[in-house]
Amino acid sequence: MKQNHFKYGFRRGIPIALGYIPVSFTFGLMAVNGGLPVWLAIFISATNLTSAGQFAGTNLIFASAGYFEIALTTFIINIRYMLMSLSLSQKIDGSVTLLKRLFIGFGVTDEIFSVASMETGKLSASYMFGLISGPFAGWTLGTAAGALICSALPEALSNAMGIALYGMFIAIIIPPARKSKSVLCIVLFAIVINCLLKYAPIFSFISAGFRVIISTITAAGVGAVLFPMKEESDAKEVAK
Amino acid sequence: MTKAFIAVILMALVTYIPRVLPLAVFRKEIRSPYIKTFLYYVPYAVLGALTFPDIFSSTGNLYPAICGTGIALLLAYFERSLVVVALGAILTVFLTSFLF
Repeated sequence: MKQNHFKYGFRRGIPIALGYIPVSFTFGLMAVNGGLPVWLAIFISATNLTSAGQFAGTNLIFASAGYFEIALTTFIINIRYMLMSLSLSQKIDGSVTLLKRLFIGFGVTDEIFSVASMETGKLSASYMFGLISGPFAGWTLGTAAGALICSALPEALSNAMGIALYGMFIAIIIPPARKSKSVLCIVLFAIVINCLLKYAPIFSFISAGFRVIISTITAAGVGAVLFPMKEESDAKEVAK
Repeated sequence: MTKAFIAVILMALVTYIPRVLPLAVFRKEIRSPYIKTFLYYVPYAVLGALTFPDIFSSTGNLYPAICGTGIALLLAYFERSLVVVALGAILTVFLTSFLF
């Protein structure tokens, strides 16, 4: 039974793992081009396992920023994980031990969280370990490949790879947004707020990380008032 | 390089803490239907805000990025997998970057 959960989770993680490869490849390229040794580029991916945060942090290392600035910027970009982790705490089976939770927490990325939270029913630790292992391997190996190949890749191709991460985000949100009007409204609302915060001069003091947090809380908060879920039992039965 | 290494350790810590804290500490089932609905909507809102408008500046050139976004939306609308959508977007950006 447990073996099956792991296998099922692993299968669900394969598309994420494959999608991570071009993104982490780009990271490996960028890190080594900027002057980091290959092992450190790989070490960053293996210990951080995040996109936006480690890209930003690494850029700050290149800019010789201080420890505090690096830590604070990375933290702000990553605060959104608190919402995801809180949301997952409601989906994870209550019997999962603290030690296992410490490992599961390490694997909470945007994509892993999205896939896990769209499953029906409670999630077991084996499922989560299965789900996390593929993307972790893809992220680390992609970085290694990018770091080693580094200069051999034409610039047009390495530039084009920058869109990979966002392509994956789109692949995750569009199908449910197509089926549920409330999800579509919330996605659009979050985008509108995010654009407003980014382009309106009075909000220019807000950093990218906080922008995402404010947009998320506002859109999901207003959405929960406008489109309440009918019954807790089936999250899929959101008001259409 | 020691300085970079310490910075990386700090980055890893501030990435790990927000991820693990609620999951490890918060065990109770949330009863409020409002908060439940809110948490259900979070992933959609987060991914929307992460993607737009930043996707347009993800490739170093606006027009190929717009083309890539269009293809990604189209492929996702027809429920293609994560990999197909991501690769379709990369390929579109790569090919159209020679036009603009």
